[in-house]
Amino acid sequence: MTTFLGMPGLPVATERGTLRGADTFPVAARKALADTQLRKNLGHATSTIRAKRARVVGELDDWEELRAAGAAIKADVMARLPELLVQLEENVTARGGHVHWARDADEANRIVLDLVRAAGTPDDPVTSVVKVKSMATQEIGLNEALAEAGIAAVETDLAELIVQLSDDTPSHILVPAIHRNRAEIRQIFLDHMPDVDPGLTDEPRVLAMAARAYLRRTFLAARVAVSGANFAIAETGTLAVVESEGNGRMCLTLPQTLVTVMGIEKLLPTWRDLEVFLQLLPRSSTGERMNPYTSMWTGAPKTSGGTSGGTADGAPDGPQEFHLVLLDNGRTATLADEAGRQALHCIRCSACLNVCPVYERTGGHAYGSVYPGPIGAVLTPQLAGMHGHGADAPAGGDPVDTLPYASSLCGACFDACPVRIDIPSMLVHLRAKHVETAQAQRRVPGLPASAENAAMSAAAWVMRDAGRFSLAEKGLQLGRVLARDGRIRSLPPPLSAWTTSRDAPAPPPETFRQWWARTRGDRS
Amino acid sequence: MRIALFATCLADAMFPRAAQATVVLLERLGHEVVFPSGQTCCGQMHVNTGYQREALPVVEHHVDVFEAALRPRAEGGDGVEAVVAPSGSCVGSVRHQHALVARRMAEQGRADAGLADRAEAVAARTYELSELLVDVLGVTDVGARYPHRVTYHPTCHSLRMLRVDDKPLRLLRAVHGLDLVELPDAEQCCGFGGTFSVKNADTSTAMLADKIRAVQTTRSEVVTAGDSSCLMHIGGGLSRLRVGTKTVHLAEILAGEGWEAAL
Repeated sequence: MTTFLGMPGLPVATERGTLRGADTFPVAARKALADTQLRKNLGHATSTIRAKRARVVGELDDWEELRAAGAAIKADVMARLPELLVQLEENVTARGGHVHWARDADEANRIVLDLVRAAGTPDDPVTSVVKVKSMATQEIGLNEALAEAGIAAVETDLAELIVQLSDDTPSHILVPAIHRNRAEIRQIFLDHMPDVDPGLTDEPRVLAMAARAYLRRTFLAARVAVSGANFAIAETGTLAVVESEGNGRMCLTLPQTLVTVMGIEKLLPTWRDLEVFLQLLPRSSTGERMNPYTSMWTGAPKTSGGTSGGTADGAPDGPQEFHLVLLDNGRTATLADEAGRQALHCIRCSACLNVCPVYERTGGHAYGSVYPGPIGAVLTPQLAGMHGHGADAPAGGDPVDTLPYASSLCGACFDACPVRIDIPSMLVHLRAKHVETAQAQRRVPGLPASAENAAMSAAAWVMRDAGRFSLAEKGLQLGRVLARDGRIRSLPPPLSAWTTSRDAPAPPPETFRQWWARTRGDRS
Repeated sequence: MRIALFATCLADAMFPRAAQATVVLLERLGHEVVFPSGQTCCGQMHVNTGYQREALPVVEHHVDVFEAALRPRAEGGDGVEAVVAPSGSCVGSVRHQHALVARRMAEQGRADAGLADRAEAVAARTYELSELLVDVLGVTDVGARYPHRVTYHPTCHSLRMLRVDDKPLRLLRAVHGLDLVELPDAEQCCGFGGTFSVKNADTSTAMLADKIRAVQTTRSEVVTAGDSSCLMHIGGGLSRLRVGTKTVHLAEILAGEGWEAAL
């Protein structure tokens, strides 16, 4: 079977706001920074995960080789994506599954909704589904789309459940409720969890038991489950989900119908490739040598002729219907950019979030995207597209355009990435794309696109000539009049952003090149 | 060895002591330092803010100037064997960004196709100060004396772009009389990040606040680093909070107490 993969998609215009926030990053960050409890929760959580990760990564002598292998496998996948996707489709279909292709979020949501409706009957419609934690379904806003159609999607990952019960949004890829502490979680359960014990304490075990009791009732009643996938194996048609709690496995095995929504970049060519990724992922994400639950499934047992296991009446185990929805949603547009496509190598481990000094202080909500942190800052602008405004307007412009600037380029993310995504270089590349887009859009040809652009052009003119540069230095030395005790406490905008919290140094009475000319001027 | 100094625009204009101390130190170690007077800036601010087209002539200029310095004297050059800069960040820009910008601009038809290779040739012989001392000149004890309590901040680009590793610490440990105190969470960014410090001033300041707290716990008289830019940020915060700890560039410590007498 061959499938027309279509023309490469354009970056998606998200209307559900899952990728494009309401505020620019600097504005959203300022609000987050004012929340001292949030900063305490984040600082504690990220430093704990960082230490755990460093410990288990340090145990492996071949960690760098594993990273290189992971990067090479992903590069191979991107180079052969169309043929591998067709191979996956053939193998899933041959083993009794159904494959659907979704160009964007709306199309994916419509497919899932139709499948959920088809799982019920007019007399007995499906009114709720259970969900395995999944970034792809967050990205397309599936829960909201199902809710509009009268279908409740119940998150079964503990942290996603906490977020869902409090009508909040996730702030971390792997630990969506990282911004909450246990006292806050206790209150959320008391306020929103049906039939919860009013004597609930904030002991982690007690909180987990309360969630467990609630979720068990939900699992047993569910007829449809929706999941994402960590990996899909093209050569066998196998899907894999790795998790810690076992709630995912409940969803993957109990309901009659399983619908998996997966970004097209999640492919691996062969079964053996899992060996690399099942070492990289748990160590990078939760700081564990191995995650507690790895669930894999291939097709659907009804038509695959499986003979082992089964229920008392002879029907095979697990879902009787399996549907795989392959999601583009801006991915082929990302793939088209040679310098940007590495973002598709991401395995959603969150190691870059946990080591990022910006993320640690602002949290995930400031990014306005379901993909926060360093990887979000390079993935979101490519999936959602940049509009070219907002670079030098911290209060205005397109929030997505401000994301590549949400980094001090410290490089900690690159070092932590298990598949060696060079996030700092991609941030620099996306900043250039942003500026070039703005320049192409300028209203009056020949005039600079912004005040910042004018300043940068002027600086570049000065800095490509030593004569002009030394004249500019002399001009700078006039700034000595602003100084008291060798420091400047206040500067006009835009440098006032510096002096709000930091003194500026007074220019020296003599520059280096003046000193050199005075003392060693006879030498070159 | 005959060595060309790339002073960097920031040290030249704002922190000349870092560049002067580099000259004094290298001359004391018996090397000849030249200052190619055409030099200006590596263009990092432009590149990191997204202005690669504007950065291109600055990059070209840098390559022209230091290519000439590295050319043998018989061919009209300065005949230097190496280029040194008292900055991990600017050397990181030369080594990791110049060729990248040249290639990207060549793809857009804006740069000469040969520029990237020329930039790489210059970059291959450009070193950050601790790299030059330890890797090229093979010294760790530079014979300096500096009787003060000092803590060292490893700057992000020296650490993660250049991988200077513990070279600056080895140099500092060999300084006579110096009491080196470990900085807690030393490898965390100070929050400078070039124009990041202005575009995202609140986040930058939150990062700086933690760095300053860490510096304060060391009760050091001096915080040192290999980059004037990071020291300007940390120093700006220390000064605003009236913390007595001084910021001193690594080169000034390695030049030894009283090095100014050689000026």
